[in-house]
Amino acid sequence: MFFSLIAAQTADSGEKISIADAAVTAVFGYCVVFFGLVLLMGVLYLTGAIFKSREAKAAEKSAAAKPAVNTAPVQEATALPAAPGSAGHVKLHGVPDKEAAMIMAVVADKMQTPLNELRFISIKEVK
Amino acid sequence: MDILQTLKDLWEGSGFQSFLVDGGWKNLIMIAISCVLLYLGIKKKFEPLLLVGIAFGCLLVNLSYFGPESTDALYHPDLWTAFLDKNNEFYHDYGHILASGGLLDILYIGVKAGIYPSLIFMGVGAMTDFGPLIANPKSLLLGAAAQMGVFLAFFGAVLLGFTGNQAAAIGIIGGADGPTAIFLTTKLAPELLGPIAIAAYSYMALIPMIQPPLMRLLTTEKERKVKMEQNRVVSKTEKIIFPIIVAMFVILLLPSTAPLIGCLMLGNLWRECGVTERLSDTVQNALMNIVTVFLGISVGATTAANSFLNLQTLFIIVLGLTAFAFSTVGGLLVGKLMYVLTGGKINPLIGSAGVSAVPMAARVSQVEGQKANPSNFLLMHAMGPNVAGVIGSAIAAGFLLAVFG
Repeated sequence: MFFSLIAAQTADSGEKISIADAAVTAVFGYCVVFFGLVLLMGVLYLTGAIFKSREAKAAEKSAAAKPAVNTAPVQEATALPAAPGSAGHVKLHGVPDKEAAMIMAVVADKMQTPLNELRFISIKEVK
Repeated sequence: MDILQTLKDLWEGSGFQSFLVDGGWKNLIMIAISCVLLYLGIKKKFEPLLLVGIAFGCLLVNLSYFGPESTDALYHPDLWTAFLDKNNEFYHDYGHILASGGLLDILYIGVKAGIYPSLIFMGVGAMTDFGPLIANPKSLLLGAAAQMGVFLAFFGAVLLGFTGNQAAAIGIIGGADGPTAIFLTTKLAPELLGPIAIAAYSYMALIPMIQPPLMRLLTTEKERKVKMEQNRVVSKTEKIIFPIIVAMFVILLLPSTAPLIGCLMLGNLWRECGVTERLSDTVQNALMNIVTVFLGISVGATTAANSFLNLQTLFIIVLGLTAFAFSTVGGLLVGKLMYVLTGGKINPLIGSAGVSAVPMAARVSQVEGQKANPSNFLLMHAMGPNVAGVIGSAIAAGFLLAVFG
């Protein structure tokens, strides 16, 4: 009675299928989705590996091509001592000092962590 | 002029009179439902961009269509029944729709031909950054796992007596992807489009309520606290190559996914290639908005009282919720497996984001992760499975279309 009630209301696109067919279709369909995405995952790992090796080679080349005179100031800059209580330097890209300080304070507050225990690498305004 | 006769004719031609005869009360119920949907869209902000249009389309059709004799109606379900009936002289005759249909019949052609969902996918592609997925391809496993609800709901629908086509259309609600659900339903079971679209968009809006209890139930405090390592930086070239590779592999694997995956990846290529900014901007904004207007109102029009108010709709609502819940469970379980296999490096909460529903599901992962550990930032990690879910649900739809289409 219950099932016939549903059936009676069906405008019927397609045909009824057996429970066994439905089970096979469901399992097979789930496997196809996995197969497709695992295949894609493999391809992405492959392309990722190619790009990483290319980038590494390019980095090696550019490091080798850099003139020796340029390395001295860089080393000097990195050797600068950090400000007391801070955890390094932060690069600002289009963000004023005042705003950067506010952002860092908000993040520290949200994370409930003292500011001098956090390390901000860079702050960039996303336009 | 016979004033009394004119008044009588006006009364008999009015919608008010139609409410009193031949099941017109059903239209009143649908009008009430449309008002509830409008309230949910406007006041509660449940997917308002589409739900407000769907609700108003529902209102319009139930104010104007009371049966085949309603020639002034905006939408005529009987025209579409003839359009789909192989034995009818107007089978697949768009000319007949254009000649005899109302405004919403004509707009509905875009749904029927699969144009609007594909164009929406183009906009989604143009708005999506696939960087987190490219940086961490393992996310694809979570996107695949989170399609579990699709196939369980499909099986459940068959058990409840739905046909294979209808069960497939109901199951895809679990993909949590509105355009995909509309696309597949239009192809396989157009008579169920109204309830399926409403269920899909309503549940997508309810994700922040559906997912968290399941996330807390299936994960331990220790697992939820896991902080994940920052993803590697993805180069511009990788982002440009990605849509081309995905389009090639997925369409070759399942040609029936071509409209959805093709448009999704074309939109993404426009975004990433750096030389088509105008097109990317148009697709993300102007085109997306225009298509959303047409899609919402024409899907809403399919909720004519006669076809909506039945037991089937109730079952679709229940099965849709089941599909969403099991998709979340599928993602979480594989997330837990990955947590174990990686020695605790992956937070299983990102698994629930595999249900598509970009970016709502990823935000839920972020919120739950931060509740367990305030210094936890899972959003970008969850975006990987989230966009993988979009591809996964398109593949699931393509499979079901290949089997039942």
